[in-house]
Amino acid sequence: MAEQNAKPQAKLRKFDTKVQYLKYKVLREVARHAFDDTLLESFNDIAKVIVTGKKPTMRCCIYKERAIIGERIKIATGGDRSNPNVIEVIDIACDECPLGGYSVTENCRGCIAHRCEDVCKRGAITFDENQKAHIDKEKCVNCGKCAEVCPYSAIANYRRPCERACKIKAISMNEETKAAQIDNNKCISCGACVYQCPFGAIDDKSYILDIIKMIKESDSGKNFKLYAVVAPSISSQFSYAKLGQVITAIKKLGFSSVVEAAWGADMVAYKEAAELSEKGFLTSSCCPAFVSYIQKQFPTLKDNISHNLSPMAEIARYIKENDPECKIVFIGPCTAKKMEVKLDTVKPYIDSAMTFEELQALIDSRDIPITELEEGVLDNASYYGRIFARCGGLSDAVAEALKEQGVEDFDLNPISCDGIEECRMALLKASKNVLPNNFIEGMACSGGCIGGPGCLTHGPKDKNQVDAYGKQAFEKTITDAIGVTGIGK
Amino acid sequence: MKVYVCVGSSCHLRGSYDIINLMKESIAKRQLEDKVELSAAFCLGKCTDGVSVKFDDEVVCGVSKDNFDEIFSDYVLSKI
Repeated sequence: MAEQNAKPQAKLRKFDTKVQYLKYKVLREVARHAFDDTLLESFNDIAKVIVTGKKPTMRCCIYKERAIIGERIKIATGGDRSNPNVIEVIDIACDECPLGGYSVTENCRGCIAHRCEDVCKRGAITFDENQKAHIDKEKCVNCGKCAEVCPYSAIANYRRPCERACKIKAISMNEETKAAQIDNNKCISCGACVYQCPFGAIDDKSYILDIIKMIKESDSGKNFKLYAVVAPSISSQFSYAKLGQVITAIKKLGFSSVVEAAWGADMVAYKEAAELSEKGFLTSSCCPAFVSYIQKQFPTLKDNISHNLSPMAEIARYIKENDPECKIVFIGPCTAKKMEVKLDTVKPYIDSAMTFEELQALIDSRDIPITELEEGVLDNASYYGRIFARCGGLSDAVAEALKEQGVEDFDLNPISCDGIEECRMALLKASKNVLPNNFIEGMACSGGCIGGPGCLTHGPKDKNQVDAYGKQAFEKTITDAIGVTGIGK
Repeated sequence: MKVYVCVGSSCHLRGSYDIINLMKESIAKRQLEDKVELSAAFCLGKCTDGVSVKFDDEVVCGVSKDNFDEIFSDYVLSKI
């Protein structure tokens, strides 16, 4: 009943795509049963709740649909334990999209201009007796020039959306199963493929069961306090409610307190500025996917990665120093954070991580009416800590921190890399010592964290929302924001 | 004794930064560093009523610049 009512509304206001909505429904049902302690016995019923009726709406038949839901449940409950990566392919959900690069489609009209032939430096274009173009796959190098010049847009590039999304080329086709496969040696768990696969066949493992267990064990803070550290990109999320209401909803879920990761960003900016002026060249360490990319593809630059923890881990460390018994969950837009929390350097501080998608599922599994709640407050960080959520924010914050610390003999020349491709270019130059900049701000997702795969929605106004949220901060400078923490004194 | 000043969002907006500074000053002025350990707390669960401060196990709400001296003498000076 509730499901029927919630459906159109939830789909419209909460997510970009129906794939996200499907994933959300699975997470929500798993969470509902986990809270009620009925997960074991209802395991097989969840698929039937989600795939109702007799007619398939997504796949060839409802049985395949339910089988795939079964796989999604597995991922929602932690996924394949033997696979260290948090990003996983659901083989049976993969549609095995055609690939094969540039091909001439039926739109070719057999014109006489033959621009395609002229532009092809490899001589890969030939014509049949009807004057229609063909591409010789032996010669074609997939440069795409022919597609660009065709007046009929008759040449299409058959690439899988997952492979196209994965700019670091960690996804390929498994020759045997034809499904997508992820090379864990290359994958940085950024989650771009998760968001881009139109069939939802790649998913990020969920640790909501661990989180629900912590919520229960904490028992509203009676046994230990449970903190939620929330990423500043939350300001562009949950657009149907007020931010303060989301904070109250998180507390209603059973968290004792909600703390801004942006406060950790203030601490990081302050320390990073000091480290940078001392060492002269650094790459940022906030984005775990970017850090992992350097480690895997540019090992010679490893020593230049800032030694600071990420804002998430930094603020969590501060909380745990003050409250060693507590447990802390990070909530953000990021799938790579789920890898970061497993690192030995981060593990002592953060107990688990979830995405905004998962938060939405958890809130709805408890039927918490977000839009009816009173507004809580979330305010510790400065403007600068909060704008870490968008590309360029970190560089601005480091510039501010240098200023506040009175560092004058160091000229900051940052490069803000928006998306992993720009990161790659900058790192490539840095590895060859031809990068003119002395600070690389690397963000694996386009736009920064607001473009993260775990966001509910992505929109062109997200950046403005982050900036507006930053300006609302009570503390105006980094030094003020971290004053109480004892750093910078 | 242990003194925790709440630095959760609510208290922060009501001036926990000022209270921490006053606390530091008052401790230093009376050279109580060995006797009073000052730290931060995240949300003592009494968000509606000004800055919350925990003196050992006792939570005091509504601490402000105006009543600080009084509270400091009642909860710190009289107990050490």
